[in-house]
Amino acid sequence: METTDIIKPENLVYKKPALLKDVAMHYCPGCSHSTVHKIICEVIEEMGAEEYAIGVAPVGCAVFAYNYIDVDMIEAAHGRAPAVATAIKRLQPDKLVFTYQGDGDMAAIGTCEAIHAANRAENIAMIFINNAIYGMTGGQMAPTTLLGQKTATTPYGRRVDLNGYPLAISPLIAQLDGSCYVTRQSVHTPAAVRKAKAAIRKAFENSMAGKGTSLVEIVATCNSGWKLSPVEANKWMEENMFTKYPLGDLKNV
Amino acid sequence: MVKLRGAIKVDEERCKGCGICVTACPFSVIALQKIEVNNKGYNFAYMANAEACTGCTSCATVCPDSCIEVYRVKISD
Amino acid sequence: MNDKVKLMKGNEALAISAIRYGCDGYFGYPITPQSEVLETLEAEMPWETTGMVVLQAESELAAINMVYGGAACGKAVFTSSSSPGVSLMQEGISYLAASELPALVVNVMRGGPGLGTIQPSQSDYFQATKGGGHGDYHCIVLAPWSVQEMADFVWLGWDLAFKYRNPAMILADGVVGQMMEKVIIPEQRPRRTEDQIRQQCPWALNGRKGHRKQNIISSLELDSHQMEKNNLRFQQTYAAIEANEVRYQAIDCDDADYLIVAFGSMARVSLKVKELAAEQGIKVGLIRPITLWPFPYEAISNAAKNAKGILVVELSAGQMIEDVKLAVECQKPVEHYGRFGGIVPTPEEVFEAFKQKLIK
Repeated sequence: METTDIIKPENLVYKKPALLKDVAMHYCPGCSHSTVHKIICEVIEEMGAEEYAIGVAPVGCAVFAYNYIDVDMIEAAHGRAPAVATAIKRLQPDKLVFTYQGDGDMAAIGTCEAIHAANRAENIAMIFINNAIYGMTGGQMAPTTLLGQKTATTPYGRRVDLNGYPLAISPLIAQLDGSCYVTRQSVHTPAAVRKAKAAIRKAFENSMAGKGTSLVEIVATCNSGWKLSPVEANKWMEENMFTKYPLGDLKNV
Repeated sequence: MVKLRGAIKVDEERCKGCGICVTACPFSVIALQKIEVNNKGYNFAYMANAEACTGCTSCATVCPDSCIEVYRVKISD
Repeated sequence: MNDKVKLMKGNEALAISAIRYGCDGYFGYPITPQSEVLETLEAEMPWETTGMVVLQAESELAAINMVYGGAACGKAVFTSSSSPGVSLMQEGISYLAASELPALVVNVMRGGPGLGTIQPSQSDYFQATKGGGHGDYHCIVLAPWSVQEMADFVWLGWDLAFKYRNPAMILADGVVGQMMEKVIIPEQRPRRTEDQIRQQCPWALNGRKGHRKQNIISSLELDSHQMEKNNLRFQQTYAAIEANEVRYQAIDCDDADYLIVAFGSMARVSLKVKELAAEQGIKVGLIRPITLWPFPYEAISNAAKNAKGILVVELSAGQMIEDVKLAVECQKPVEHYGRFGGIVPTPEEVFEAFKQKLIK
């Protein structure tokens, strides 16, 4: 059988979700952001939620998330996405409200807002992309940068005496009474992508069910910042990131 | 016995040649172009070993740029 | 006596008036001298009656960004704070202006700089009228001088904010926030429904119902040519506000020999100064800017034509005086009298200063 005989509309089993716009994304080749955008779109489509989903974009590489994810979206000031989402959800409880934040947004400048939103049990889903580096500004240290990891601002590797320890956000959120679901996922293999998608679906359903705050941490790569190829970055993540940030559910109530 | 045959269609202009699909494919169907590039200069992905594709969707699932469509047919012996 | 007349603090009247307007949400953080706003709202429990959301945020940063989120949904939302807290909010106010969102911010000013004092001040005039945050933008700034205006300007503030899609600020001082007076607050108005908001604010975030086009609220624009166009659009809005919305009160200015320009509580003190002057046969007119931005340049310029001199009275080291000087283009003597650090001068003290500085 020839390939041309197989590539026919009736045989289609996988395609780009319609909610992911047709424009080319600005992300670097192999960037995890792109994959997470895709599965967010898939989940919203599968839930039939495009008419009531509202997303909050961060400052960071994903600042243009609204150019790709075709639902109502707002661009928050750096770190304030959970505060913005709090108001949107409180004022419109029938909407699906999610934030999309990086490790600068949630683990540095906006840790306060993330913790307090979760502590108030705001019925929002927070997607947290942890790639242990600041991608957009050129590869500087993030609070989540691993010890010894080289970045533009830790050129000889992160040192405890100079820079302190890597910050694990998910355990912080998990211990709060207001969080209902905290999980760490990744998107580097087909199986990981499917699990991450299921986690996002659960978080979004929690938002609608009024169960409290959900946090889906995606342990991600920044191959440009790490100065590795996309495939090497995935390997480096498995070998280094997963030790400090092990995958799996931290809380599911 | 039912056998699955698949094929992928790569949006060559959308592809950034990251190669993640290449490693994700369990049957070594996909490769990156060695010389040919798209308008952005990327060596895009293509089916180098079309016969081996089962349409499992692994490549499309991990593809960051959503540039792979997967087609699948069942063939009975 | 009319049973609609109540005796209330300025801060309390403002809170009740907001509920009556049909406000959708308040987000704030306690700070003296305006904490009664949040306290009153919590005690009134409007979520049980109108469905209004009241939320004590974790900081002023969170509060203003909640306002940003709420305003983006086309909702009538507000926050209140006092000087140090309003400084913290400036980034968010700049985002509101740049995203062309209607919202109301209340500053019940206390003495600064820094942590300063909890006593009244008017030293945030520059911050309120000249930008405050980053970038070329303006808030519509309303300066109440009575408890009644604390109530009324909530309605006016939102009406103007929605009319121009621009944040409005009530710039009160600690005196007006804390003092008690008679006040009549308008009857309860229903909150708008989602359908009404969809009609009034087609830009609002409320989901792509009926497959409508995606709405995006963002102040980011990396294309400089487009960003300049955005700025030109903002400037057109500001020009329209300047043309249409200047508000002031002129008292006995027509045949006055001298003018006093003052706003908020200092306009109240200055009204008494005017009486003291009249007792000594000195004709003093009072101009009270109600909108500090847009500023009543023309009204002051006209009133000053026959005046021998102008005294600007402020609870600051001299901020509004710069706008008064601009108004008269330095063709008249413009003097300043101010106390700061939380001190409010008596009318006698101001009158003495008036005589010393202008009559000599």
